[in-house]
Amino acid sequence: MTDALDVAVRLLLVFVAFLVLPLVVGQTEHKVMAHMQGRLGPMYAGGFHGWAQLVADGVKFAQKEDVVPKDADRRVFQLAPAVALLPYLLVLVAIPVAPGSVGAVVDAGIFFALAVMGVGVLGSLMAGWASANKFSLLGGLRTAAQLLAYELPMLLAAASVAMAAGTVSLTGVLDAFAWWWVPWQIVGALVFFVAGLAELQRPPFDMPVADSEIIFGAYTEYTGLRFALFLLAEYAGIVVLCALTTVLFLGGWHGPWGDDGLGWLWTLLKTAVLAFVVIWLRVSYPRLREDQLQKLAWTVLVPLALAQIALTGIVKVAIN
Amino acid sequence: MSPKIPGSGLAKGLAVTLRTMTRKTVTAQYPDAQPELPPRSRGVIALFEENCTVCMLCARECPDWCIYIDSHKETVPAAAPGGRERSRNVLDRFAIDFSLCMYCGICIEVCPFDALFWSPEFEYAETDILELTHERDKLRAWMWTVPEPPALDPGAEEPKEIAAARKAAEKAAAAAAQAAADAQADAPQQEGPQ
Repeated sequence: MTDALDVAVRLLLVFVAFLVLPLVVGQTEHKVMAHMQGRLGPMYAGGFHGWAQLVADGVKFAQKEDVVPKDADRRVFQLAPAVALLPYLLVLVAIPVAPGSVGAVVDAGIFFALAVMGVGVLGSLMAGWASANKFSLLGGLRTAAQLLAYELPMLLAAASVAMAAGTVSLTGVLDAFAWWWVPWQIVGALVFFVAGLAELQRPPFDMPVADSEIIFGAYTEYTGLRFALFLLAEYAGIVVLCALTTVLFLGGWHGPWGDDGLGWLWTLLKTAVLAFVVIWLRVSYPRLREDQLQKLAWTVLVPLALAQIALTGIVKVAIN
Repeated sequence: MSPKIPGSGLAKGLAVTLRTMTRKTVTAQYPDAQPELPPRSRGVIALFEENCTVCMLCARECPDWCIYIDSHKETVPAAAPGGRERSRNVLDRFAIDFSLCMYCGICIEVCPFDALFWSPEFEYAETDILELTHERDKLRAWMWTVPEPPALDPGAEEPKEIAAARKAAEKAAAAAAQAAADAQADAPQQEGPQ
């Protein structure tokens, strides 16, 4: 009985985090992006510096009509937003926040996280194919190309950490962590983060939704709540990517001080800093062209990830 | 050019956005905060009707013909007995149609009697275009919002009207002093022969 209650409380906490954190990231993006462009951003909603802007947006989306195009593949079209959003919830369950604080202990945590994150991209593919719209289809195909190109370096970079720790469990990686892992795995961390950004289709890797050429890619035909779910999936993806990078490469709950009971604060802090970087990159850089996207993945990220794996292997053997 | 470090352009881009974030934003929160207008802003035209002589120069010079003036003549009785009766213009209507006005300010420039002024007030939008024709009471009310004329530069020439008033006062004072001196000079002469 207490076990069931324990699981229920953990899942509830993860669910609350899943609902709150993406909105916090979204609001931060509103404000940070505005100030980086010399603007103020939302100021009215909620009264104090527009804190409730995303709540207002949610209300607006809920009021809109849910349109399904006449020639669309109805079932697939309507299912796509859920397929895009839910995998991130599942990944969040497996991410350890502090020693002993994890939604559900998954032994093959790294595999689980990366595999399920890959499913999230399927949502965009389904949306692109089912919309019966050439812009959506183009966006969907670009999503597929991007997924193929960037999943490999992401996996290789994660494999490097798994080699270093000798385990594919996320908590196992954190238990084995020592501070000098950060410089040791820094190249892998960069590759993982950049590849993750590309997988989330965040600027500067937002070719699949490039609004100036293919309207909004796979999401062109979506309205109302289903569209909002796609947007939410993007921000949930940011949270998950930043949390994963924190856990794999930045030591998760390990920090210079306050080890007892403050571990969750370290995890949150590192995740927040990474989320800020995600926003910062979006504001600073123009969109990469489709061929540049592929070139970056195959000629830069994959060799770098392979070099990282070689380095990890050499150091690992030298230590033993 | 010195050889570029790879990625220095990327770093520069990040630095620009980060620096902008720490600076003050340029957003004007207008309805919440009033804008800081420059002095002599051209907001609305105010009428100081006490100075108006119905010379019609403003209405005639207006490129848009947006100034409407009606007047009639009144006869003023002679000031002194045996004098001539004078006639005087009395203003009946003075209106400016701000839906036509293009804020060129020619009427204000051309007014020889300083009856028209710029006021910086600009919040007089209406839902009905007819209400943009401001009649004389409204134009007179704008007069309270006209700022003081800017101070003269140090060492500038005295304003003409003040110079004229000062000269008149000096002349009067000199005449009074002369009269007093004459009176003093006369007094001993009268006593002398006795």
